[in-house]
Amino acid sequence: MAVKILAETLLSIEHITKSFGDNTVLDDLSLAVHKGEVIVVVGPSGCGKSTLLRCINALEPIQAGEIRLDGEIIEPNSKNITELRQKVGMVFQSYDLFPHLSVLDNILLAPCKVQKRAKAEVTAEAMTLLERVGLKDKAKSFPRELSGGQKQRVAIVRALCMHPEMLLFDEVTAALDPEMVREVLDVILQLAAQGRTMLIVTHEMQFARAIADRVIFLDGGKILEDAPPEEFFTNPKTDRARQFLHIFEFEAVKHHEPQEL
Amino acid sequence: MAVLNWEVIWQYLPLYQEAAILTVRLGTAGIALAILIGLICAIVQYFKVPVLRHVVAVYIEISRNTPLLVQLFFLFYGLPKIGIPTNATVCGIAGLAFLGGSYMAEAFRSGLEAIPAIQTESALSLGLSQAQTMRYVILPQAAAVSMPAFMANVIFLLKETSVFSAISLMDLMFTAKDLIGLYYKTTECLFLLVVFYLLILLPVSLLGSLLERRLRHAGFGS
Repeated sequence: MAVKILAETLLSIEHITKSFGDNTVLDDLSLAVHKGEVIVVVGPSGCGKSTLLRCINALEPIQAGEIRLDGEIIEPNSKNITELRQKVGMVFQSYDLFPHLSVLDNILLAPCKVQKRAKAEVTAEAMTLLERVGLKDKAKSFPRELSGGQKQRVAIVRALCMHPEMLLFDEVTAALDPEMVREVLDVILQLAAQGRTMLIVTHEMQFARAIADRVIFLDGGKILEDAPPEEFFTNPKTDRARQFLHIFEFEAVKHHEPQEL
Repeated sequence: MAVLNWEVIWQYLPLYQEAAILTVRLGTAGIALAILIGLICAIVQYFKVPVLRHVVAVYIEISRNTPLLVQLFFLFYGLPKIGIPTNATVCGIAGLAFLGGSYMAEAFRSGLEAIPAIQTESALSLGLSQAQTMRYVILPQAAAVSMPAFMANVIFLLKETSVFSAISLMDLMFTAKDLIGLYYKTTECLFLLVVFYLLILLPVSLLGSLLERRLRHAGFGS
């Protein structure tokens, strides 16, 4: 992979702490995301990956530190929070399309109502994007008529139509059948090729290796490793990361002598 | 010998028509107000507005746990005693709204609470404001869920208007009782009473199922 020349910092997270009661989920965490960078966040469940994304979208208040996008502070009570959220598109694990609206209306809602853009213009853009993800003929369908993978691709298009500066993916393939995982990951790979800034939480290690500029390993609310994918997957620095990666490897059992059960 | 004397029925018909109009008029006004009160209460409870949510909780308990007849007596005979002038029509509408408000509030609340929090979050993450999220994402879905309970309430409240006769409002029930007392044509009077209530309520029921099907179409299929 060619080395990208990194532009200015788009998102800067500085010393944030997030806790639910006594449970500290993010512990003095700092991270800078540069324009055009694809960062994959991995780690055991409960390590704070999803919470990190939710904080960036101000869906959760933080107790200390600050998150800045283009220099502006993001927090749930910011006056311009809706403008800041428009710049950060988020796709969730459970798709969360609006079930009462058709695919097209799901996509049109925010651009038309929030950005007050002309319906015809957004429709044209939505149809182009739907075609690109292979769902042009589903524009009039309702979410309940789509498969999980199709819903997730619509959710991605819905986020893209707001022209975000950055995309957050929160385990977007975790609820999908294996065959559908691929179709969604292909869409995300396309986006990476377009040079989009993305922060991706995933358990698909092969995918992480293929797409990431940087892999971040999170455990106990702290960043334990921050390395290029080749380095992280072949030669992790910490024992904890090595342990974690080991879970994804399987011992070959066939070569052993069959044992009596 | 005929069971019903049709001549009597034709004679009484205009009186029942007039009474039916009063029933529908007061019923509609009372239910419209009940919907408004119910919406406000449900939203106060959904957003857990401090102080107000406790006021709403007390109101709902009082309203649901006292009979409409008692509420009407309180309004009609009680208010003048403490110097507030009132009349039967206003009392009837106010009583129905007071009773219906809590039933509607519970129907709307159950609808709102049935919509998962992630729907709000995904709307907010797209940049929608809290109000836009409510209007375009949560309320339409909640309405579909609330619909069956809502329609049951409308029908229940329309039937409850039969209590209005107790505060001398000349509704269907009052007219029937009055005519029976005067001429003893009990069978014809009660027959007309049933027919008129059915004439009012059957179309409402039908409209309800149509509306329900339409609203639920998107989310649940036909």
